Amino acid sequence: MSTVTLKGRPVVDGVAEGEALVTKDTISGFGGINNATGEITEVRHELRGQSFAGKVLVFPGAKGSSGWASHFQTARLNGVAPIAMIFKYTTTKMALGAVIVRAPAVTDLDQDPLDVIKTGDWVKVDGNTGVVEVTPKAERA
Amino acid sequence: MILTDDEKRVLDGSEGEARAHAMDLIIRYGKALGAERLVDTNSVCGGFVGALPGRRDVIPAEIKDDMEAVYSLLNLDSDKKLEIPQVKAMTYRLIDAMDPDKWQIQRVSEETKKISEDVGNFCSQIGVNRCNTCTPYQVGVVPVFGEHCAWMESSAVIYINSVIGARSNVEGAHSAAAAALTGKTPYWGYHTPEGRRGTHHIRVEKVPETMLDWGLLGYWIGEHVQDRVPVLTGIDHPANPNHYKHFGASAASAGGVEMFHIVGQTPEAPTYEKAFGGRALEGEFVYGAAQREEAFGYFSTATDTKVDFVKIGCPHASLEQVREVATLLDGKTLNPSTDLWVFTPRQIKAIADRQGYTATIEKAGAQVMSDSCAALSKVYPEGVKVAATDSAKQAHYMPAILKFQTWLGTTQQCVDAAITGEWRGGLT
Repeated sequence: MSTVTLKGRPVVDGVAEGEALVTKDTISGFGGINNATGEITEVRHELRGQSFAGKVLVFPGAKGSSGWASHFQTARLNGVAPIAMIFKYTTTKMALGAVIVRAPAVTDLDQDPLDVIKTGDWVKVDGNTGVVEVTPKAERA
Repeated sequence: MILTDDEKRVLDGSEGEARAHAMDLIIRYGKALGAERLVDTNSVCGGFVGALPGRRDVIPAEIKDDMEAVYSLLNLDSDKKLEIPQVKAMTYRLIDAMDPDKWQIQRVSEETKKISEDVGNFCSQIGVNRCNTCTPYQVGVVPVFGEHCAWMESSAVIYINSVIGARSNVEGAHSAAAAALTGKTPYWGYHTPEGRRGTHHIRVEKVPETMLDWGLLGYWIGEHVQDRVPVLTGIDHPANPNHYKHFGASAASAGGVEMFHIVGQTPEAPTYEKAFGGRALEGEFVYGAAQREEAFGYFSTATDTKVDFVKIGCPHASLEQVREVATLLDGKTLNPSTDLWVFTPRQIKAIADRQGYTATIEKAGAQVMSDSCAALSKVYPEGVKVAATDSAKQAHYMPAILKFQTWLGTTQQCVDAAITGEWRGGLT
């Protein structure tokens, strides 16, 4: 098994594992997601039409309106939030959003998560220690 | 994170469960940011909603009529109903779901009206002052230079940071509500001197003159610097507050800019060197006539020239802007199938009423509204397909949220469209 281990800064406590959904585009709350389905709705987004529900969401960070955390809280209450989050850029929207999603979250990793992790990889996020374990999709078959 | 003894006591419940929960939320948020400590604040602006469309649908049926439980969930992320005490910091509310005097014209449902009233009354009970505007700084809520604030609403934060020199990050609903109950916010980002310094130099060669110009300049900069701190040179005369309001709102909605410096004009930029304060230059751009045209091009998506709806007042219109609309409409009548709504804070409307501006506007068939916003409150006339606005921020949101084809132009072009029913604007 060629599991890759990344080390970062813990953001939200807890441990979760699941399939990764990776994007190089930042995500907008207001006008960017369908908070009833978890789908990305922003017109020019590379993940448009795909849902982050139950996934480990790997992305650069949050953008757009200050209602970001509110929209992701709504997604959580609808049961369609990500189960863990890995992001690159810390902003107030991203930090508060991570806290409100209540899923394990990690940032400031020692390797670029957008390069190392691919959609479909199995990822374990430890929000207590900041350790992320990635098992490539090919290895899982 | 380093906590003071007072902060620890509140966290341990010495001031009740709600303040302990709020302190815990602020601390978890501060840790997520990587902040080392908290800072005191006595100026908080937040949403404090429950009534805005999209949010109210998620309220579980069993707590729908219990405003304390709704507040606990939506504004403090507590699954448990908390007994909410009086806010500790001076706290102000932003946009509401409707204008209580014009809700029928706004086609607001009885249900939304009731939620809006219930949430509003609850805000008053706990000491949240219902300004119900995106521009509290226009109605007396004006921090002083250096004051630590915890404000939501990106257009208001960029204004108080840049024009006044107050210190705020863009907060969310929950961090603002928790700051209101604790009087604390994480010491991070724009609260720190180093976080406020410039990162990008914008050499302005096409100096903005009109409101539209300022909106386009802001939008172009937002597109290019995203959420960094632009420093503008080449603007050698002071802008007026309306220009700063428009410029900041555009830059914030296009890219997430939370602070700008205009060398020789804004308070933390007496010189180019001071604006950067030794921070490394990350990028440099020239803004000339071509860039202005490029920015205008971002908005050239509408094709149908028959205009159904004109929205003025994003961010909420100043008295000067209301007066301008009244002057342009004086003695005129709107096209019968076109509506024009001007949104302004309630206090400004009171003065506009007294001055006769409101009467002039209404005589022409247009409306002056308060407390609400077309895009955020989702209030608009029936059957709108094509809209026009003088605000780059509103033109950014309208097609995405309300699905209107949207024209952007000067205030004069927008009023002309309301009178003739035809879009005849364009960049001049």
